[in-house]
Amino acid sequence: MAYNLKQVVAEKPSRFTAGHRMCAGCGAPPVARMVLRALKPEDHAVISVATGCMEVSTFIYPYTAWTDSFIHTAFECAGANASGAEAAYKALKRKGKIPEDQTTKFIAFGGDGGTYDIGLQSLSGAMERGHDMVYVCYDNGAYMNTGIQRSSATPRFADTTTSPAGKVIPGKMQNRKDLANIIANHHIPYVAQTIAVNNFKDLYEKSEKAIYTEGPAFLNVLAPCPRGWGYNTEDLMKINKLAVETCYWPLFEVVDGKYTVNYKPKNKLPIEEFLRPQKRFKHMFKPGNEWMIEEFQKEVDRRWEELLNLEEITNKEQE
Amino acid sequence: MSIRERLSGNEAAAIAMKQINPDVVAAFPITPSTEIPQYFSTFVSNGDVDTEFVAVESEHSAMAATISAEAAGGRAMTATSANGMSLMWEMIYIASSLRLPIVMSLVNRAVSGPLNIHNDHSDAMGVRDAGWIMLFSENNQEAYDNLIMAHRIAENKNVKLPLMVCQDGFITSHSIENIELIEDDKVKKFVGEYKPDEYLLNKANPIAIGPLDLQAYLFEHKAQQAEAMKNAKKVILEVADEFEKMTGRKYSFFEEYKLDDAEIAIVCMNSTAGTTKFVVDSLREKGIKAGLLKLRVFRPFPAEEIAKALEHVKAVAVLDKADSLNAAGGALFEDVTSAMYVNKKQVPMVNYVYGIGGRDTKADDIEKVYEDLQEIVKSGNVDNPYRYLGLRR
Repeated sequence: MAYNLKQVVAEKPSRFTAGHRMCAGCGAPPVARMVLRALKPEDHAVISVATGCMEVSTFIYPYTAWTDSFIHTAFECAGANASGAEAAYKALKRKGKIPEDQTTKFIAFGGDGGTYDIGLQSLSGAMERGHDMVYVCYDNGAYMNTGIQRSSATPRFADTTTSPAGKVIPGKMQNRKDLANIIANHHIPYVAQTIAVNNFKDLYEKSEKAIYTEGPAFLNVLAPCPRGWGYNTEDLMKINKLAVETCYWPLFEVVDGKYTVNYKPKNKLPIEEFLRPQKRFKHMFKPGNEWMIEEFQKEVDRRWEELLNLEEITNKEQE
Repeated sequence: MSIRERLSGNEAAAIAMKQINPDVVAAFPITPSTEIPQYFSTFVSNGDVDTEFVAVESEHSAMAATISAEAAGGRAMTATSANGMSLMWEMIYIASSLRLPIVMSLVNRAVSGPLNIHNDHSDAMGVRDAGWIMLFSENNQEAYDNLIMAHRIAENKNVKLPLMVCQDGFITSHSIENIELIEDDKVKKFVGEYKPDEYLLNKANPIAIGPLDLQAYLFEHKAQQAEAMKNAKKVILEVADEFEKMTGRKYSFFEEYKLDDAEIAIVCMNSTAGTTKFVVDSLREKGIKAGLLKLRVFRPFPAEEIAKALEHVKAVAVLDKADSLNAAGGALFEDVTSAMYVNKKQVPMVNYVYGIGGRDTKADDIEKVYEDLQEIVKSGNVDNPYRYLGLRR
């Protein structure tokens, strides 16, 4: 059946409810809502969340925005938490202590700090061990919860509170880590990079595949942050679209090692289009700083080409 | 009939785990506790247990996975030592705050640095305020017995706290001694089924655990943990009674060895108690009234009971197998002296930091402590309460 947003929303009420305290214009809540909408209504989920915005804004004692079972412990262990709960599920199922007709799915959420950086080891371990789970990284490109510090997901030149654009050093000096490819190299059944665009079609379909593919799956989802990126809250969906149209955030999936680039813009927009509406890149547009935009564009192009090559190579091998 | 065997302390711990047959074991190798997950994964591979074994990539994840497995509604266990415990430290506090009755073997070893793989109690002392019940074991038998009693204590509705069973790395973990094992079916019956009231895998009643817990609530939640720790005292004794009925082996907060008429006494934990008993016996033959208080339950700390047990003694030495590096004595010494003071027992007390990094503690060393105690009784003075035992000068 073709994807129809209205139908999905009508038939699957949100399992991540209103009343949470995430910021207006934050990219993360739509991601959480849509990922969970991909669950079959009759299925139950255990959700583990790394410490970060999504945790501290959604589960402030004694209130929770989550309607499924939920566990948060610390910053670096959403992967390990999902592992342990999934292991208990297997054991209890085997021992007949859980009703036979109960299906529980294990979904972990972490920001880029809790995923690319401090939680990378726990994520890698969980993926390698083959737990039947999905890890969803909502990547907003910095430690937003603690006040916009740079992470290994922060793009080059971005102005953050620990990579400030100063008189001598113009923002973060390093390129961002390519986490989706790192996880793809764990050779797990399903890895995808996605974003909330075009009526959430890509995000919804990939979430569904990730949740219902047996074994470990990983979703890397760009989730802009109005505070950290410096855009107007109402522009969230516009920023998402520009990330895709400039190929800053390519949409792709890796199924059993085979890459598919899901969207190839006919007119790839110049990277300025993505950078300009964001205050974190403001200094790049000052006279004399044109080189920064050039460098940024080169890196985007290089990675886009690399991705297209991966698609070609991995599909050729399969023939 | 119980089963007579010869096992190392690690084997004893692994066999206790086999008999308990937990739902999940998540562990990471670290000397000297490595053998526990080794033996246990063999039980898994051979189908002797129906546990899900999670070979995690770090101790931090071992505790994180154990926490969520227990929260999910399973019985979860792990084992570690020293730096493994250090890496878990963050999760140790979270485990107790979530009121999860996880059971862990802590095979005591010196915490780095510098690196040392041998026994002392610095790992255990580093988590003494973490809200875990902490049981210490003189030998393989006690390590085994403590594990068999562990879930009954930890899972009690008035307790719901994680519990660690400590034993001395190498000294007991790797020494093979006689042991009396309990039959599988008796253990199964004694330990019973784990039936949590609320758990993640209960689809009919989903729960959320691990909130952001701010100024309005955290204090009360911590007070509830403290209350549970107090409740644990009664439960520990009840379980010990039941255990004695099954095995004939008696356990309490501590063992009083020739203490009732003693004039001088040592307080210590784990394997050193064995050496001390040997010395007490030889001193008694010479007519010296030496005694021992071997602490089994370090958390909750049985302050009142210790004060009562030591009130008649003329001088007490507390042996700490971890240096607090605070210029004011080891952790056990602080706890015992505080217990005495609060309960208005005026007994001269002296502290010895000993056995650091696996430094051997021989009968001669313990004899030296009793000699010092006799000296203190004679002079009535403790000129230097903070001492070392076995340190090269």
